[in-house]
Amino acid sequence: MAINWFKYSAPTTFYGLAGKLIPWFGVSAAILAAIALYIGFYVAPTDAIQGEFYRIIFIHVPASILSMFLYLIMAGYAALGLIFKTRLSSMMATAIAPTGALFAFISLWTGALWGKPMWGAWWMWDARLTSELILLFLYLGFIALHASIDDPRRADRAAALLAIVGSVNVPIIYFSVKWWNTLHQGSTIKFSGTSMHVAMQQAMFTMLVACWLYAIAVALMRVRSIILERERNTTWISELPEVKL
Amino acid sequence: MSLDIWMRENPLTYIWLGSYAVAFLIFAVEVAMVRHKRKITLQQVRLLCNAGDDE
Repeated sequence: MAINWFKYSAPTTFYGLAGKLIPWFGVSAAILAAIALYIGFYVAPTDAIQGEFYRIIFIHVPASILSMFLYLIMAGYAALGLIFKTRLSSMMATAIAPTGALFAFISLWTGALWGKPMWGAWWMWDARLTSELILLFLYLGFIALHASIDDPRRADRAAALLAIVGSVNVPIIYFSVKWWNTLHQGSTIKFSGTSMHVAMQQAMFTMLVACWLYAIAVALMRVRSIILERERNTTWISELPEVKL
Repeated sequence: MSLDIWMRENPLTYIWLGSYAVAFLIFAVEVAMVRHKRKITLQQVRLLCNAGDDE
C-alpha cells in the first residue's frame, strides 16, 4: 500500500500524525539513552591515554553532530518555506531551532569539561570551538529574529534568510580540524574505519540515535503548539477533541 | 587548583555531574517548557473558541 507523503505536508493532517509519533520517539530515546549509558560506563574500557575523562565523548560527540545536522535540517525547512511557501516547513524550522541551540550549548559545555583535564583550559579560541560557538549564535539569532517580528509569515521569511546564509558555517565546523592547525582532535571515526574499541563505538552510536529520537520527539511536540497557535482561527482546530474539552 | 586535584581524583563524578547531569537536566527543562507551552496554547485556543461560540 503506497503512502501519500504529501498528505502529511499540511498542518491539518500532520498535527494528528505528530501526536501519534511523539510517545514512540520519546520512549525509544529514553531506552536507548539508558542502554548507551550502561555500555559507556560499564562495558567500554578505560582509555589508555585519557583515562576515564574520555567518557564525555558519549554525550559530546552526539550533541555536536546533532547541533550541525539540526541546523542543516532547520535551514532546509526554512528554504522550503521560503521558496514554496509551505506553511508546515516554516513551522518545522521554528520548532527545530531551540533544540538545535540546546545541542550546540551541550556540545560547547561538555567540550569545556573535557578540555579542562586534557588541555588544561576550559576554552581556547580554536577553529573548531569558535565555529561551534558561532553556530550557537546563529541559532540564537534565528530564534531572536523570528520572535522580534509580529507577523509570522514575515518572521518566517526573514529568519529563513538568516538560516540559509548561516548554513555555510556547518561545513566550516566539520572541516575546521583539517583546514587549520587546531588543538581539537581530528575525526575519530572516518569512512575508512576507526581505531575505537567496539564498545566505545556502540555506546556512542546508541547515544547518537537516542539524541536523534529525542530531538524529533521534542520538535514534534513544539510544532504541534505552533500549529495550534497559528491555525487557531480555523474550524479544524476548534473541532479538535483536546480543544473541545 | 583544588578543582584540578578533585577532578583527577574523582573523574567519574566530575563527568557525571559536569556533563551528563547537566545535559539530562537541560533535556528535562526543555520537555517541561514545551509541555507548558502546549498547555498555555491549548487554554488560549479554548478561550478563543468559547468567545466565538458566545457571539
